[in-house]
Amino acid sequence: MFYREVGQFKTNYAADQAIFPIRQDRIGLALILLVAFIVIPLFGGEFLIASVMIPFLVLALAAIGLNILVGYTGLISLGAAAFMGVGAYACYKLSTIFPEVNIVVWIVASGFVSAAVGVLFGLPSLRIKGFYLAIATLAAQFFLQWCFQRVPWLYNYNTSGAIEVPTHTLFGVPVTGASATPVTRYYVVLTIVVGMTWVAANLVHGRIGRNWMAVRDMDIAAQLMGIRLLPAKLLAFAVSSFYVGVAGALMVFMWLGAAEPEAFNINQSFILLFMVIIGGLGSLIGSFLGAALIHILPIIVRMVPDALGIPIGAATVEHLTFIITGAMIIFFLVVEPHGLARLWAIAKQKLRVWPFPY
Amino acid sequence: MMHLLYQIFIDPFVQMAGAPDLLVQTLWEGFVGGMLYALIALGFVLIFKASGVFNFAQGIMMVFAALTMVGLYEKGVPAPLALLLAIGVMYLLAVAVERLILRPLVNQPDIMLFMATFGLTYVLIGVGELIFGGSPKEVPTAQLGLPKGAYDIHAFGGLVSLQKIDIAAALIASIMVAALAVFFQKTRIGRALRAVADDHQAALSVGISLNQIWVIVWFTAGVVALATGIMWGARSDVSFSLQVIALKALPVLILGGFTSVPGAIVGGLIIGIGEKLGEFYWGPLVGGGIDSWLAYAIALAFLLFKPEGLFGEKIIERI
Repeated sequence: MFYREVGQFKTNYAADQAIFPIRQDRIGLALILLVAFIVIPLFGGEFLIASVMIPFLVLALAAIGLNILVGYTGLISLGAAAFMGVGAYACYKLSTIFPEVNIVVWIVASGFVSAAVGVLFGLPSLRIKGFYLAIATLAAQFFLQWCFQRVPWLYNYNTSGAIEVPTHTLFGVPVTGASATPVTRYYVVLTIVVGMTWVAANLVHGRIGRNWMAVRDMDIAAQLMGIRLLPAKLLAFAVSSFYVGVAGALMVFMWLGAAEPEAFNINQSFILLFMVIIGGLGSLIGSFLGAALIHILPIIVRMVPDALGIPIGAATVEHLTFIITGAMIIFFLVVEPHGLARLWAIAKQKLRVWPFPY
Repeated sequence: MMHLLYQIFIDPFVQMAGAPDLLVQTLWEGFVGGMLYALIALGFVLIFKASGVFNFAQGIMMVFAALTMVGLYEKGVPAPLALLLAIGVMYLLAVAVERLILRPLVNQPDIMLFMATFGLTYVLIGVGELIFGGSPKEVPTAQLGLPKGAYDIHAFGGLVSLQKIDIAAALIASIMVAALAVFFQKTRIGRALRAVADDHQAALSVGISLNQIWVIVWFTAGVVALATGIMWGARSDVSFSLQVIALKALPVLILGGFTSVPGAIVGGLIIGIGEKLGEFYWGPLVGGGIDSWLAYAIALAFLLFKPEGLFGEKIIERI
């Protein structure tokens, strides 16, 4: 009733191939973009923008990148955080060597560095499969993290061993560093994330995405159908690392402002993988939902005791956050193994037939 | 350039020949480390074989088990009783895992189960820290009958020092592996376990209860985890940072093959010894700390030639 596509005819190929073929979806998307671009910056507080929305968007972008690899191509990677690190360090080096170039250019360019590293570590994927590959990607995780710690050139030989973001301006407005307002940073992040999501949506709906999905479903069968496995898998690694690398650069330059090698440790990799799995493998909207759940859940858990006036120590809250997050992960896997994206699809079906049961 | 090549290919071997006592010491440390990696890997293999679950929580199970034992001891429970109670806790954990995770998720894709065990890791970290606190704890070695001190052997033109606790660890590891081998080959439950590992549905059809087998396997893995945790804990301290060591067991697994008990042991020894030699002789060239990824590099090198590990089941691909 609320969501009825009856009467919306597709009269040409372009309409048939559209990413949002249903009018209600287009209206919904326009509303979401309206809220994201206008309502949140106008009415959102600093906490909402700086600590909820920016991290959420950055993590969602990383989740999209990882989803391309895990969800669409079926190659499990446990080293996503290391590629975020590659993006962050590449952006840091590029912007210190060429400080006069626009910082947004370097944020996107650092994705290419990350993509190159990703291809390098993707090479074994042709021979190694399944969990063996997953553990092989851990080699990337530990090796790259070691590089961030032990190669002083990467952090400009500063004594702390951490990278710090200087102030850069865009059209005269500071976008990074201490003097940039959250709203400016939010707009930069939002624009990049929306743009890259649009590209990703087109990629996975087109020939390349179909190749990836064929490889995921059964790589030998895909090969027999004429899909060349090595280019397809390496492209997945490259595109995925590109997205994850840009997300890493955004994380350091737009969200944290400084980072240590520990920010890109294995736990971060696993958290990204959670977002992808809880959100839904092979679903872009799932990446956003998963990122929202995993990022916002601990924030809420931390706020609940205060809100209820229960005096609990900070350490206890931290432990409870661990327990609750873990339990929620198991709970979601048991209740809906196909992720939040499936719940969304079920909800749409319900809206379509309401008030009738079917 | 020549100098670099010399440093990589010649110099380490000159050092080895020049100071054989150091070499033997390094090999011994690698051997003990490898034995303990093998024990952790064994826990993974047991569970993977019987339930097809890649149990990421094995590392935290090790910490949790050792922490339970040491925590109970610190609360005034006698050490042997604490050990028994810890075994009991591992049994309860196995039952809970089977009820709450494995049974509802049966027949789901592997990655779901893998992720569920990662959720379990979070829960165990939270519960462990909540109950026992995050500070490192000392293992009551004397009360458990574990030796302390070292044998100093004057041989190989120098001094080789063997920690007694290391010898005990190697012995206990060997005994556990032997006991598990007998348990698998000779007992009724062991046969059932092997049947389940071979084929779930065929095992079900001859009347083996999968649920029961899963509890037994997780319990066995829990006991292995407890022993490993106490051993590692006796060498350093019991704390959550021990969990990192479990990550070292993953290259052991891919090297030996996920489904092979001998593979876990051989892989453990290769990784343990290779890692120590690499860190000691080649590490200084690149600034040290390479043991964090060297094990993965060794395993990856092997894997490029044998993609299913040294002893893993041959992968046969069909359309």
